[in-house]
Amino acid sequence: MDLTFSPEEEAFRKEVRNFIAANLPAEVKGKARRDMTSKADFLLWHRILYKQGWVAPLWPKEYGGTGWNVTQRYIFNEECAKAETPQVLPFGIAMCGPVIYTYGNEEQKKKYLPRILSGEDWWCQGYSEPGAGSDLAGLKTRAVREGDHYIVNGQKTWTTLAQYADWIFCLVRTDPGVKSQEGITFLLIDMKTPGITVKPIIVLDGAHEVNEVFFDNVKVPVENRIGEENKGWTYAKFLLVHERSGIAGVARSKKAIERLRQVARAETVDGQPLVETDEFSRKIAELEIDLSALEYTELRTLSQEAKGKHAGPESSILKIKGTEIQQRITELTVEAIGYYGYPYDRSFGDNEYPVGPDYAVGQSGHYFNMRKASIYGGSNEIQRNIIAKAVLGL
Amino acid sequence: MDFSFSEEQTLLRNSVSKFLAANYDFETFKKISRTEPGWSRQNWKQFAELGLLAAPLPEAYGGLGGGPVDTMIIMEEFGRALVVEPFAQTVVVGGNFLVHGGSEAQKEEWLAKIAAGETVIAFAFAEPQGRFNYADLTTTAKKQGSSYVLSGQKAVVLGAPWADQLIVTARTAGGQRDAKGVSVFLVDKKSKGVATRDYQTVDGLRASEITFENVDVPAANLIGQADQGLALIEQATDAAIAAHAAEAVGAMKVLLDTTVEYSKTRKQFGVPIGKFQVLQHRMVDMFMNAEQSSSITYMVTLKLGEDETERKKAASAAKVQIGKAGRFVGQNAVQIHGGMGMTDELNVGHYFKRLTMLDTLYGNVDHHLKRYAALSD
Repeated sequence: MDLTFSPEEEAFRKEVRNFIAANLPAEVKGKARRDMTSKADFLLWHRILYKQGWVAPLWPKEYGGTGWNVTQRYIFNEECAKAETPQVLPFGIAMCGPVIYTYGNEEQKKKYLPRILSGEDWWCQGYSEPGAGSDLAGLKTRAVREGDHYIVNGQKTWTTLAQYADWIFCLVRTDPGVKSQEGITFLLIDMKTPGITVKPIIVLDGAHEVNEVFFDNVKVPVENRIGEENKGWTYAKFLLVHERSGIAGVARSKKAIERLRQVARAETVDGQPLVETDEFSRKIAELEIDLSALEYTELRTLSQEAKGKHAGPESSILKIKGTEIQQRITELTVEAIGYYGYPYDRSFGDNEYPVGPDYAVGQSGHYFNMRKASIYGGSNEIQRNIIAKAVLGL
Repeated sequence: MDFSFSEEQTLLRNSVSKFLAANYDFETFKKISRTEPGWSRQNWKQFAELGLLAAPLPEAYGGLGGGPVDTMIIMEEFGRALVVEPFAQTVVVGGNFLVHGGSEAQKEEWLAKIAAGETVIAFAFAEPQGRFNYADLTTTAKKQGSSYVLSGQKAVVLGAPWADQLIVTARTAGGQRDAKGVSVFLVDKKSKGVATRDYQTVDGLRASEITFENVDVPAANLIGQADQGLALIEQATDAAIAAHAAEAVGAMKVLLDTTVEYSKTRKQFGVPIGKFQVLQHRMVDMFMNAEQSSSITYMVTLKLGEDETERKKAASAAKVQIGKAGRFVGQNAVQIHGGMGMTDELNVGHYFKRLTMLDTLYGNVDHHLKRYAALSD
């Protein structure tokens, strides 16, 4: 058992840290904390990483990946989190891209992968439907083969940032007559295709992050199908495991707890910093301890992965605990800011200064917004079912 | 030992809920909350006509002679409908200060106005540095002849954009956090030197930051005795806590009902999700949280007239219960509704936001656990 990083790994860490310090534009740093990252902000950082060759650490080198091992990828994510960089949008880089290079044909790889890497194509994920949330296999969006096209009709929902997207990867039903998982096909669809409508869904903190996407007789070339017809569920499952693996968010949460401490240092209770009061210091301690345990759970998972054993159902622990900790941080932040949790910052104009302290801006909204974390990516109830079944054999 | 409601009280609840059902559905709440000025004066007039504003106030001054139980009934119905109009600030806080600390002249003028719907009062007590300590005051009132000169800054004054009168806490003597030396004033919002910055709140209300720059306040506007206002403040805010506890119970009950209903109709994996035992137990826990909160609301409401220590303990107990329960019920209503619970369109998120802020208002769980423990020593 060994907790230390090697000298080479420490040198790598230094290299990453220096790169970020030299290249992260001041205007995008820390914006994610306030749910304020714009399309331009995402792409700005994406392109900086792309130029460096670092935008897709998970990809094999032959497709433009970095060739880093598991530990290096971990170090890279840690340093990005510490520096509060915007997160690279996962839909192209972490989800659809790996599906394409794993299950796609040569033409598809040539056509889509470079543009995912460069950020030229913004991707969104067409999975959930009004009737297919936790029961994703119950999806109904229909694709009917007509000559060398599929005609797609239906509706996707909770489609993150579809309003910016150039492409959508979609699970569609090509055979309604079989067991639900066995009639699903994985299609890549150009968002500019006639018949596609995007409707915003405003969430409870006022943000526009998700959408409904309607398909009305949308013609999709057969070449846009990944792998075989009716085998889409296999590719979807591969992707779902990928979706979960980055999800512990340990380094980001460490940074967030640091920020919480700063808030609690600035807030005072009868002259005493909130962070020094018994009640609050204990709460932060408990949270940090929970996070430490998660950190080592993740490291154990990673060391297994480094030996070639892929993370399976254990990644559900990372998702459950990771999101619960993220949510707890937002809860404590709301407790910390007291009355200045009241002002609705989204209603302020660009030129208006905040009502209360800077550190309170948007924090109630962030707490409300983060309730999604225990719902998305497979709800925490579903994740517990997975562990019960696949790990405990219940 | 009797927890039943009188015939009059049942009539009161029916008239309030009937009015709200006809005039304050969820879409109406959104419309009122999102268009300037963020409340409905028409509703306020109707509340007056229905006798709601007069209900808990003494008959001798234009009220209907009811008390905290009437407030509890009204506020629970208001909580069910997300009502924004400032009943708690005007009738409960304003009324309470006047009844327990007001001079005869003040009572005669202002209680009648409150009952008739002719005045809207906001309570300016919190300050940027003060957190939940009512006595932490940098706003000062200096006696000058037959007036006080009021200077300072108040934070997050709920309902202030709609108010014509402010009840303002200020220091008239002593150090910044001394219990002695706190005074309470009734201030006309249009007074020279009062400046407000109005804004929307995250839970659909309006509030202001208010600065007072050498505001002349006639001595006749001092409520109660100079330097001895802290006890009055604690009494009024304990009554407000009881009122908002009822509001929170109303919100929790709506969330529980809507979540149970949703779980019966939303199907995944071929069955209504309400069949899954995990969710059933979760909803049972929501139900128990709501019931316990209802019970503690009865307790604090009935104990408002007790001695100071009993009353404060009851108020802090209620605040702790409501804070914890509101968080549990709110979070889990969102969770069980899945993605739908995250939308602005559905009512669930709005109740969750209101419950979240009710935890902060007048002190959160930690603050009141500490106050309760200190009172138990």
